[in-house]
Amino acid sequence: MNQWITSYFNRNTQSAPLAVFRVFFGFMMLASIIRFWLNGWIEKLYILPEFSFSYYGFEWVKPLGNFTYVLFIICGLSAFFVGIGYKYRLAIITFFLSFTYIELMDKTTYLNHYYFISILSFLLIFLPANAYYSLDAKKNPDIAFQKIPRWCIDSIKLLLGIVYFYAGLAKINSDWLLKAMPLKLWLPSNYDLPFLGDLLQQEWVHYAFSWSGMFYDLLIPFLLLYHRTRVFAFVLVVIFHVLTRLLFPIGMFPYIMIVSALIFFDSGIHHKILEKISRLFGIAKSYFDNDRELSFLPKKKNILLSFLSLFFIVQLMLPWRYLLYPGELFWTEEGFRFSWRVMLMEKAGYAQFKVVDGKTGKRFYVDNSDFLTPFQEKQMAIQPDFILQYAHYLADHFRKDGHENIEIYVESYVALNGRKSTSYIDSDTNLLEEKDSFKHKTFILPFHDQIKGL
Amino acid sequence: MIRILRFSILPLLAAMISCSDADETEDDNNTDSFDRGEMLQNWADNIIIPSFENFEGITQNLEAKTLAFTEEPTEAGLAELRSAYVEGYLGFQTVSIFEIGEAEAVNYRANLNTYPLDAEGVEEKISSNEYNLELPSSYDEQGFPALDYLLNGLAETNTEIVEFYTSHENAEVYKNYLQNVSERINALTSVVHSGWKNSYRDDFVANTGSSSTGAVDRITNDYILYYEKFLRSGKIGIPAGAFTGNPVPGAVEAYYSPSLSKDLYLKALETTQNFFNGRHFDGSQNGPGYGDYLDYLNTIKNGEDLSSLIDGQFVTINEQAAVLDNNFVSQVENNNNDMLAAFDELQQNVILLKVDMMQAISISVDYVDSDGD
Repeated sequence: MNQWITSYFNRNTQSAPLAVFRVFFGFMMLASIIRFWLNGWIEKLYILPEFSFSYYGFEWVKPLGNFTYVLFIICGLSAFFVGIGYKYRLAIITFFLSFTYIELMDKTTYLNHYYFISILSFLLIFLPANAYYSLDAKKNPDIAFQKIPRWCIDSIKLLLGIVYFYAGLAKINSDWLLKAMPLKLWLPSNYDLPFLGDLLQQEWVHYAFSWSGMFYDLLIPFLLLYHRTRVFAFVLVVIFHVLTRLLFPIGMFPYIMIVSALIFFDSGIHHKILEKISRLFGIAKSYFDNDRELSFLPKKKNILLSFLSLFFIVQLMLPWRYLLYPGELFWTEEGFRFSWRVMLMEKAGYAQFKVVDGKTGKRFYVDNSDFLTPFQEKQMAIQPDFILQYAHYLADHFRKDGHENIEIYVESYVALNGRKSTSYIDSDTNLLEEKDSFKHKTFILPFHDQIKGL
Repeated sequence: MIRILRFSILPLLAAMISCSDADETEDDNNTDSFDRGEMLQNWADNIIIPSFENFEGITQNLEAKTLAFTEEPTEAGLAELRSAYVEGYLGFQTVSIFEIGEAEAVNYRANLNTYPLDAEGVEEKISSNEYNLELPSSYDEQGFPALDYLLNGLAETNTEIVEFYTSHENAEVYKNYLQNVSERINALTSVVHSGWKNSYRDDFVANTGSSSTGAVDRITNDYILYYEKFLRSGKIGIPAGAFTGNPVPGAVEAYYSPSLSKDLYLKALETTQNFFNGRHFDGSQNGPGYGDYLDYLNTIKNGEDLSSLIDGQFVTINEQAAVLDNNFVSQVENNNNDMLAAFDELQQNVILLKVDMMQAISISVDYVDSDGD
């Protein structure tokens, strides 16, 4: 076993797949940033809101007013430099930092695929993605290598595998498999799709989508790894993600996943892709085919590998942290984020906050639209950490307005996966007496049903 | 391999194209699924257009009565004009929900019923004789609240009020202002109504798409916004001080003729309930509406009987209204708790409509157009 490990980590492979990955990643990120800007989302999501929901421990990360645009420019530029492989290390570090900063500004916009981009760009910092087909390699022949250690490419496959596999594990629950929820809610609303529209009204279709979705996520990493099923698996990847693109408002994510899956192929296809690009832009690809092999110094290699092992151990453990909390995960959402629980549930809520003067008993309700955007309000109403943070913000606001002895209560209702809405937060708890932490939030009312499974 | 790539790019392109085109796709002739086109047709042909038809008749009469009064201001004429105003304000409650199409383009609701009125502003404009009702800054100086003030709020007695239009130094401007307000109500109503009669009706009915620009999605957002902001908050919550802790009698709708306020509330409530049930404007029968849509979707998901819950809550709200004074100004001044109780009952349906119904029909709240995952 030890021997196998040692020999595995000494094995080299073509750099081309990693180079293709870098090029596509950089340019797709650039496109994502531009798309985000053109949709007016920078203004709508980060500039207009007067309040932003911070992540616990990252309260210092705030939107920067009009400088937020500069942040996006930096992020887009660094993505471009990653794509062309110019000053790669600096570019990818800048990209990781700026992108992650953007994501940390407001957890309202949390999406698993943004988190995926963050940790993927983090991983890319440590990989020699500029060794081949990059401006860096062109300018400095010393760092140009046609071959790199195999684990460099496999680490990306591992990360992709974790994303899929954990997304599959999360689907093993009674709502998803036995009730076909939430697809039963989502699919019929696509009644206007040609051909599919009628089909999506059928109950059996909802079950078929639920089960095949689960199997797809669990199996696809293995089907992509095994060379005999790889082409078939890639066809599945395309079909699956195109379907999700058709059915759900899911942005760039499907395209990113389709392109990422190319990394599983042998280097032959990547050389062909690079040849095509070279022909298009008049680049001399042959320059990079120098037959040189990159091997890290033993010490550097040990540090790198230890560090990346730690990174992956964290990735493997993090999704299980929900087990440390009592109660139903979907209901409390304690340990829900950063766990590849993708398109897993339909939750809607309504939260009416009440400001009470503890001495006189005088009280009034808060009009949430005075403080939050509709999107923030929607996310706030279904997540306890948002509710708590907002309550403290309201207290600060009304204190400044001269109100005294403030207590804040919330009457809130949440509907989960088509169940009728029920009370969510204990309306007798003065939220100002609660502090955010990683501990279980006792003011969440129990969920009156059971969802079995992982 | 390259062939595979090509194979993968084609569906990608197809996906992008079909997504951007989703709005325009016609509903095919479904046999087993709910026909949203029919629901839109019911809304347009049996509810919205008849409501505007009826209301335009009322606003024409209102304008005519205003003209008659300004030509010869008498107490008898004032009484007649007042009853046209009452009829008009009640009629407005049957169309106010439908802030879509031309109504949205001209900001119909803001023009016709922004209250509380800026009475001082109106007086200033009249004494300077400089005003332009078309400016957005004039929303709170026109419409029914302005009529209310000009017909009921200028003075204590009818004799004194009529004097504003006869012997007051600015009598001419008062007459013109009153005239202009009535004309504008009628003109805007005519614009919105003809919008529906011309092409908008067909666009609306054909727009069966499921995207956020589809007619069902749009009007559902309008409906819930109306229920929450204009019915629950505007008519009850804000006057009752639900959001400040202090009742605000001045924020009651029809503040200068407050005995009308409860009738306005009941009319608006009736309209929202009828729309939920798809009831025709003439009350003759029910066509497809949210109730049926929810029942249809429930045959798929076997959940709670949402349509009965929501309709039942409408009934409860109506029953609660029985204890309310006809005059909401004296209601909030004397027994605000009943007013707050009305707010709480209304609130129950905000939850059922905004959380449960929206989830069931899988429509997201407006303006939330960012990506999901």
